[in-house]
Amino acid sequence: MSSQDATGTPTPAGRPEDIKAVPVRHPGRWISAAIVVVLVATLVRSVAINPNFGWGVVGQYFFSSRVLNGLAVTLELTAIAMVVGIVLGVLLAVMRLSPNPLVASASWAYIWFFRGTPVLVQLLFWNFFSALYPTISLGVPFGGPGFIHANANSLITPFAAAILGLGLNEGAYMAEIVRAGIISVNEGQTEAAQSLGMTRLQTMRRIVLPQAMRVIIPPTGNETISMLKTTSLVSVIAYAELLYSVQLIYSANYRTIPLLLVASIWYLIVTTVLSIGQYYIERYYGRGASRNVRLTPMQRLRQGLLIRHDKGAL
Amino acid sequence: MVSAEGVRKRFLRHEVLKGITLEVQRSEVMCLLGPSGSGKSTFLRCINHLETIDAGRLSVDGELVGYRESAGKLHELRESEIAGKRAEIGMVFQHFNLFPHMTALENVIEAPIRVQKVDKSEVLQRATELLERVGLADKVGGYPAQLSGGQQQRVAIARALAMKPKLMLFDEPTSALDPELVGDVLDVMRQLAADGMTMIVVTHEMGFAREVGDTLVFMDDGVVVETGSPREVLSAPRHERTKTFLAKVL
Ligand SMILES: Nc1ncnc2c1ncn2[C@@H]1O[C@H](COP(=O)(O)OP(=O)(O)O)[C@@H](O)[C@H]1O
Ligand SMILES: [Mg+2]
Repeated sequence: MSSQDATGTPTPAGRPEDIKAVPVRHPGRWISAAIVVVLVATLVRSVAINPNFGWGVVGQYFFSSRVLNGLAVTLELTAIAMVVGIVLGVLLAVMRLSPNPLVASASWAYIWFFRGTPVLVQLLFWNFFSALYPTISLGVPFGGPGFIHANANSLITPFAAAILGLGLNEGAYMAEIVRAGIISVNEGQTEAAQSLGMTRLQTMRRIVLPQAMRVIIPPTGNETISMLKTTSLVSVIAYAELLYSVQLIYSANYRTIPLLLVASIWYLIVTTVLSIGQYYIERYYGRGASRNVRLTPMQRLRQGLLIRHDKGAL
Repeated sequence: MVSAEGVRKRFLRHEVLKGITLEVQRSEVMCLLGPSGSGKSTFLRCINHLETIDAGRLSVDGELVGYRESAGKLHELRESEIAGKRAEIGMVFQHFNLFPHMTALENVIEAPIRVQKVDKSEVLQRATELLERVGLADKVGGYPAQLSGGQQQRVAIARALAMKPKLMLFDEPTSALDPELVGDVLDVMRQLAADGMTMIVVTHEMGFAREVGDTLVFMDDGVVVETGSPREVLSAPRHERTKTFLAKVL
């Protein structure tokens, strides 16, 4: 086929001209856009002028040291609980896929238990653990001599209870996510790795898990964002994370709504930052998955400007 | 180099290999031919212990596959020992099985570095030479998804060769390729055979078998039906089953 007959009119260079066509009009889009704008404007106006929101109080407490301390605790809890959850999750997932049936069912039972009970109940359980086992000993099992004895009350602080409650629960969810990731990797990959003399562990670490990441990362990002908000449950065991910190403040000054807004806005800010981080991590683990490297939003913006610039020059 | 005596393999109640006996000499190229489901892949997989055999004896370079024999008893090998044996046998798959998250070069250097613990600069040199040899000097940094099937298969061959194997197993290496890409891969294999590599090749490329193969084995339903020089078997098959099969593929 010659380059000429595709769109007719050959240019002097023998190449057809770029298509210039009148675009289809979409009146429906304009009408719906107008409705949305009116609704949003009404909402924003009401939020801005309703004095009950107490925006002044929000501004006053937004950067107060008690709120910022609570935020720091929330971030710390989220990070540690997620690390515990991910490490446990990988371990449980590999156990679940083990050829040893005892190991596999131990993992199954763990997941069954921790997914089957509410995390709030688990948190309370860990908090009252000392009522269940007043002392904790490390030693020979089945009543043999013990080496280390500790008072459960001093060992399981509210912080430890929070981490145990959140992390052990998260491990059960992460296990399922990691397992789905591992089984999504083609069996041919394991075979190729083994035929090159790699051991099971090397194959898992170097070949299977990096590919499973593409499946594991998006739900893990969701889990992290969800964890950030789940840490607010820790307020029930009186540990001063973000929510409990603002609760302490409004129980003294009765400005409940503005202080809840302070907490909400902070949660929103952090989840937004986490979502952006997730985007870049997903991009990294998606490499090699498609022919085109996906551009970052900044790169896309720059490219868009460049193209417009080129067109202007023509 | 490879010696099989009455090798049997069963999946649940379905017996796939029903006593395979054959011998591959050093530097020999054996082409394995047979209808789909006759057990060709399974046999290749047994050779590097991706499958365990149920009966018979299978040895590579004089050593039993998967076991050590002492005082008349067989002892199973440990995982690291099995991995060590596999490292000496290269395998090329129908669907390439390149590692998609690694570039062509990374695919080639992975096992020499992790398994053989060879010095990185030495591996890089070896890998670059190999990729050049298979005609992919310009694709070193490409990811598998950016390569054509023929290019991927040549990277896969380079990856196997980087381990300096003493035996190469090819399982229908050109079956998943567009016809015009088959030639490049066969050229690489032809060169490899000329360099004296011991090879077992499952293939339906009769031209390749006739030209490069030293022996041709026809398998059907888990048994070796006929063995001979490719010329003999292809032009004057002695068995009815071979004749029927060849009539279909030629
Ligand atoms: N892992 C397995 N489990 C059960 N059956 C299998 C397995 N691998 C292969 N088979 C069966 O063994 C037979 C031979 O397969 P294969 O060796 O792949 O044949 P070929 O490569 O000659 O086409 C087929 O019937 C196949 O379904
Ligand atoms: Mg096969």
